[in-house]
Amino acid sequence: MAIKRSVSGRIFDSANVIFMLLMIFVTLYPFWHVLAASFSDSGLLLRHTGALFWPEGFSLSAYEHVLQNQRIFTGYLNTIFVVVAGTALNVLMTSLGAYVLSRKKFAMRRVLTIAIVFTMYFSGGMIPRYIVINNYLHLGNSLWALILPGLVSTWNLIVMRTAFFGVPESIEESARLDGANDFVILFRVILPTIMSTVAVIILFYAVGHWNAWFDAALFLRKKEKYPLQLVLREILILSSTESMTNDVDFVDKEAIGESIKYATIIVTTLPVICIYPFLQKYFVKGVMIGAVKG
Amino acid sequence: MTAGSKKSLWQRVRRELSANRYVYLMALPVVIYYIIFCYAPMYGAQIAFKRFDVAKGIMGSDWVGLRYFAEFINGPYFFRLMRNTLLISFYELIFAFPAPILLALLLNELRSEKFKRTVQTIIYLPHFISIVIICGMIHDFVSRDGVITDLLVLLGMERTNLLGDPAFFRSVYIISGIWQGVGWGTIIYLSALTGIDPQQYEAAIVDGANRFHQIWYITLPGIAPTITTMFILQLGKVMSVGFEKIILLYNPNTYEVADVISTYVYRMGLSEGTQFSATTAIGLFSSAINFLLILTANQVTRKLSHTSLW
Repeated sequence: MAIKRSVSGRIFDSANVIFMLLMIFVTLYPFWHVLAASFSDSGLLLRHTGALFWPEGFSLSAYEHVLQNQRIFTGYLNTIFVVVAGTALNVLMTSLGAYVLSRKKFAMRRVLTIAIVFTMYFSGGMIPRYIVINNYLHLGNSLWALILPGLVSTWNLIVMRTAFFGVPESIEESARLDGANDFVILFRVILPTIMSTVAVIILFYAVGHWNAWFDAALFLRKKEKYPLQLVLREILILSSTESMTNDVDFVDKEAIGESIKYATIIVTTLPVICIYPFLQKYFVKGVMIGAVKG
Repeated sequence: MTAGSKKSLWQRVRRELSANRYVYLMALPVVIYYIIFCYAPMYGAQIAFKRFDVAKGIMGSDWVGLRYFAEFINGPYFFRLMRNTLLISFYELIFAFPAPILLALLLNELRSEKFKRTVQTIIYLPHFISIVIICGMIHDFVSRDGVITDLLVLLGMERTNLLGDPAFFRSVYIISGIWQGVGWGTIIYLSALTGIDPQQYEAAIVDGANRFHQIWYITLPGIAPTITTMFILQLGKVMSVGFEKIILLYNPNTYEVADVISTYVYRMGLSEGTQFSATTAIGLFSSAINFLLILTANQVTRKLSHTSLW
């Protein structure tokens, strides 16, 4: 299609491209700053002001402190358990729920749909939820407190149900004629045809578990149960790098403490940034499915 | 009336149960989940009207009526909490809400499909970084010798820790929120844009419409229903400002401008205090307002634009 481009149109296009380049810079610079600072010599870094485009000096000592830190290591293990076990159960429960709500011949469908969607708009609140989980289910101090209360995200359930509606009924009919029951139809027939939606749902749940910290702060008291994000909160927000600097002279503590923060951010963000480009194309598709009003 | 409906109720129930027995089996764990983790807390919210006693439990505690609601509304923090909550929500509505719409419109105008995809990939990234890490970076960048503070000093500001100063808290909160969320926020609008018929643009070009006319008369109306839906959902969150981020950013120096209803509930109920009943009442008060707001917004937009959530 040939479109004549006016002068004002070309000026607009150029300005738009420049604006987008600026967006890229503003988005990426903070990460770059942290990366450069994490490799910097802590003494030189303390005296540096302004933007940082390259490490000041070069030192790996912050990384040595971080990688030797036992708490970051156990934090990783706890988080991996929650991500793997939690996501597996999430996907199982969400598939079951979405299947049930997509059954047109199921008498309870309407009632259940209303009861489930209602929870998106109204909840008992933070305190009653805490009382139920802590005082009645006694999940305090257990990693299950980070998994069970969020087993089903209603939003993801609706997204998946919408995807189920898109599966042609003829596929299901022929499976049923071959003697398949509902479990076979769900796991062998329907889920394989909507793998891209399933991938997105897995991704959303996994990222949610990886990033979660608030429930852990509410329910876990023993530090060896802490997931990574809660360890991070102590290091980055509450500024306690003490556990990593026992062997350092008092004078250097402040300086190395700063560098340790930067190295910690890199060590704990790297997994996300590394797998991100490969997964990116899936979630865009998923949100688009979700955008179709359910 | 069909012959089937003449059968007794019992027969119809049995038929439904046998035809859908696996469906009922599948529904069971999901229903149990929603009862325990969503409806039990709703039932437990009755402690807002009781003096909750751990030993007596939710049901056994004594009724006190609306006492805790009255105490909150007449209490010293009511005005501060309402002002902060509404103000932060209002700033989000006027700054953070339109930002992804504008960005989506601009992305849509990019000529190179490849460049557009590259920009998208990069600007989605911050959404996936944990809020703890984002707040850790904010703490560092706006501290006394942080890189953003350095930049502002260059522009003539007096050197200070921005998060320790009540004058800056809300700006830091809103701007960092836009930084993290604007890219991801475009997805829903970009997907709505793909639904616009290209023939509309061709017809407009024949009629002599320039780019700005096309955006104003075709693109914007095309995504208007999506904007309306997102707006209603945003209104339903007015009373529940994202407390996780505020908890990670505020400190006693900035409570005056930063403390919102949900952070107050958390502090008084679960961290500094254990006033379960009083804080449940506050939480219920704000959920009720949220629910009314979303209901009203839904009705109003249904009348005005025929777009609604349900």
